[in-house]
This record gives sequence, C-alpha cells and structure tokens, in this order.
Amino acid sequence: MDASATYLQVGFILISVPNALVIVGMIVLLIAAVLAPFPGHHRVQDDDDQPD
Amino acid sequence: MTSQTDPPEPATQKAETGSNWTAAIRRAVEHRLPWDNLLPDRQPFFVGSWVYVFGVVAITSLVWVIGSGVVLAFFGPSWWHVSGIGRFVNSIHFWSVQLLFVFAVLHLWGQYFMASWRDGRATTWVVGVVIFLAALVTGFTGYIAQQNLDAQWIAVNAKDAINATGAGAFFNPLDFGQIYGIHVMLLPIGVTVLVVLHVLQVRMRGVVKPIEPDAPKPGDAATPSSAT
Repeated sequence: MDASATYLQVGFILISVPNALVIVGMIVLLIAAVLAPFPGHHRVQDDDDQPD
Repeated sequence: MTSQTDPPEPATQKAETGSNWTAAIRRAVEHRLPWDNLLPDRQPFFVGSWVYVFGVVAITSLVWVIGSGVVLAFFGPSWWHVSGIGRFVNSIHFWSVQLLFVFAVLHLWGQYFMASWRDGRATTWVVGVVIFLAALVTGFTGYIAQQNLDAQWIAVNAKDAINATGAGAFFNPLDFGQIYGIHVMLLPIGVTVLVVLHVLQVRMRGVVKPIEPDAPKPGDAATPSSAT
C-alpha cells in the first residue's frame, strides 16, 4: 500500500494506473446502466405521458 | 371533526386568503410543490433505468459520510488513528467519500448526456454544479484534516497554490483549526442544504423527458402536420 503507483503517460497526459482503472470502471458502469434492463420495469398503457 | 352541514373549506380556497408574506410563501409552496410532487408514488415510464439510480446512491453515500463524520468529530484524531474501531469508522468515512464522488460524477455524466437542463431545469443543473464544487472543497479540507503525513504534505503544497489565487489571506491550509472547522461545520451544512434544494427542484419540475431521436423537425416533409 505504501509503494508508489505506476504511471501511464500518453503525450502530456499523465495518470496513475489506479486512477485510470477507476475511470475505466466508471465508464463501464455508465454503459452497463444504460444497457442493463431495470427489474420490474413493465410498460403500462396509462403510465405514458400522463401530466403530473 | 366535520359534519355534513358544515363542510370544510377547500385547501385552494384557504390558500387564497391572507395578504401577508407568510400567506404568499404558503401559496407559492402549494402551487410549486404540491404533496403529489413532493412524495410521488409513481414515476414516468422512462425513469425505469439504472442511470437514474446514480443520484440516489450518491445521496446514500453522503448520508454515510455525514454519519461517520459525526462519530469522528466526537472522538477526535487520537481515536481515529489509534483504536481499531476508530480506524474502522475513519475508513468508512474515507470510502464513503470515494463512492460519493464516483456516483456523483456518474450522475453528472448521465444527466449531461440526457441534457437534463432542458425545459426550465437550468437552475437544477446549476445547483448540481455548485454542490459538486462545494463537495470538492469539502474533500480537500477533509484530506488536510486527517492529521497524518498525507495531510501535512497536501497542506504544505496547497498553500502556495492558494496563495497564488489571493485566497491565502483568509483560507490557510496550514491552519488546522480553520480547516477542520470549515470541514466539519460550514461545508457539510452547505452541501446538505444544497442537496435538499436540488432534490426539491427535481420534485418540483419532475424528471426531464428523454430526447426523442425521431422527433419531427419543422419543415420535414413527412410530419403529420405537413401531410394534412
């Protein structure tokens, strides 16, 4: 835990591997949230576009 | 208790009476935030998506941050660095903050790609941005308030940057008392109030509708209005 992190460098972009992994994980999570079906989500005819 | 011969006044009729500022506030609240909007038991069809869960998870993380922070404030640095339970609560505080930022940013990404500032929701978006900035400052003061080598290193290096902005005269990272007070009192209250306001704004205007990919544009030949 006390060891220095490994860094990735692409041009002027410098980022540690742990930080890069967190960001990649967040992107994967966002894509999964968009694509994954939501449990108990059934379209009901009178649910749509009802004024609040 | 009411009788059939003496029906109660409708709420709307009551709200119209009175001309002082109390009545004006009551009318405004009743108009903008009726109970059905404040505590809805149904949501539109498009809200059934995991993307809408990110904001709730961020708020849940904030509850854990504040709860663990209250415990840490009671017992102090000598407890959270030395005792086993103190380290455990300190870790809960730290990792709750990590989750708060991860899910706050996911919430931001989700709302950005949905353009959630549409249809009169610009102030909701702006309040969200202010919450994010306030949370960043809270996280910064929290790192300094750790009372360890990390905190000293961050404070010593940050002072030059803050001095360069001109804010160093009244915001000194090397002043533990000032930073700790801001971290445990001023910023948590500010963030909490803004989060409550943010949720109320969402409840007032409802969740923004998704962008329709096939929405007819004015001038399109195939639009129903132009076909008739």
